[in-house]
Amino acid sequence: MSGLDLTFVNWDIISNFVAKGFIFSVQLTIVATLGGIFFGTILALMRLSGNKALMLPATFYVNGMRSIPLVMVILWFFLLMPAIIGRPIGAELSATITFVAFEAAYFSEIMRAGIQSIPRGQVFAGQAVGMTYSQNMRYVVLPQAFRNMLPVLLTQTIILFQDTSLVYAIGAYDLLKGFVTAGKIYGRPEEAYLLAAVVYFVICFGLSALVKRLQARIAIIR
Amino acid sequence: MTWEWQFFLNDDGSGRTYLQWMIDAWGWTLAVAGASWVVAVSVGALMGTLRTLPNSPWLVRLGNAWVELFRNIPLLVQIFLWYFVVPKVIPAMQGLPGYVLVVAALGFFTSARIAEQVRAGIQSLPKGQRYAGMAVGFTTVQTYRYVILPMAFRIILPPLTSESMNLLKNSSVAFAVSISELTMFAMQAQEETSRGVEVYLAVTALYAVSAFAVNRIMAFVERRVQIPGFIVAGGTGGGH
Repeated sequence: MSGLDLTFVNWDIISNFVAKGFIFSVQLTIVATLGGIFFGTILALMRLSGNKALMLPATFYVNGMRSIPLVMVILWFFLLMPAIIGRPIGAELSATITFVAFEAAYFSEIMRAGIQSIPRGQVFAGQAVGMTYSQNMRYVVLPQAFRNMLPVLLTQTIILFQDTSLVYAIGAYDLLKGFVTAGKIYGRPEEAYLLAAVVYFVICFGLSALVKRLQARIAIIR
Repeated sequence: MTWEWQFFLNDDGSGRTYLQWMIDAWGWTLAVAGASWVVAVSVGALMGTLRTLPNSPWLVRLGNAWVELFRNIPLLVQIFLWYFVVPKVIPAMQGLPGYVLVVAALGFFTSARIAEQVRAGIQSLPKGQRYAGMAVGFTTVQTYRYVILPMAFRIILPPLTSESMNLLKNSSVAFAVSISELTMFAMQAQEETSRGVEVYLAVTALYAVSAFAVNRIMAFVERRVQIPGFIVAGGTGGGH
């Protein structure tokens, strides 16, 4: 082992550099998950609607997003957002909008699978008791689809959390950037990367262990 | 807004046009993705197989640890680890070019996902397949080589296809350590020419074309190795 020295780490580094980035990464993950599930569900309903005017644009959007690297999508939004909104916006806001738009495509695939996993009889039962389409979705189909897909949705959220590190491409200040900045200022970049890896690992490993336990519980209920 | 594609024929300052630069960058993208794919599939197949061995708990644990380690750290962080930290800790690796380190990072990162698919594929086979191998006197290695793995690989081809497309898209993260692949080209050419929309459109199209090509190649392989009467369940690919 040559030259790794972790003694420089202290509370000041964490509170001055890392905490700010950590908060942004978590915030971005939560907003992108909730926004992504919301718009993703709408996209999934459009694709399953049977109406070509709704199906085609939704399919085009989802397949388009899924065939482009996330880094390119981040760069695209960062380039175009100021022109669309009409004023310059920060990297953090641009990243948030990008992740909601990008994740919606992935969440829509999960929700589509979830909705399709509900037996047709459930829909017919709703219709038989006189429910409208939106009542049927709201009270019968979507709650079951959500529950069936909960482990997959949460796994996607963990992937999303890892992907937030890619905002590096536009210089937004996230968890990784916090470590990189601290590493630069203290002249210990390698140690900073290593610490970042450990922190990401602990968070993601812990969360996926939780998802596994949840999955086991849901499997028993069914 | 007006289109302006003419700049692609301009000199980029080093004696080649932007178009040539972009083609070179495309080559780097394909080179990184191709080499990483070989690493990912071979290591992923090995680790996934280890995780299903019947009487070797330590090899199973090794395979599981491998998957958890490489799956729970963001790819960008892993690339930084390989590029900056590994050469510092292991002096023998200091002379290695960045390309090799990025291939190691992307290959091992993807190997964890492929190992997971291989494990699932092997475990989806009926137990009788393994017993059949034992019954005709095969050793464990022979059972895997002649009975289990040929079936498992056909089963995981659909998810392997989407993982291969993910790998191609993930090669874009190599920009972070200045590999001159497509995303790096996009960022630099955008800055130099101020023609961001045209540059990004061209690069995005090349990524889409490459991903589609990967999809077609894998579909071709799937048809070629198909066994009549052996029905393979379609898999859903997650992640990106």
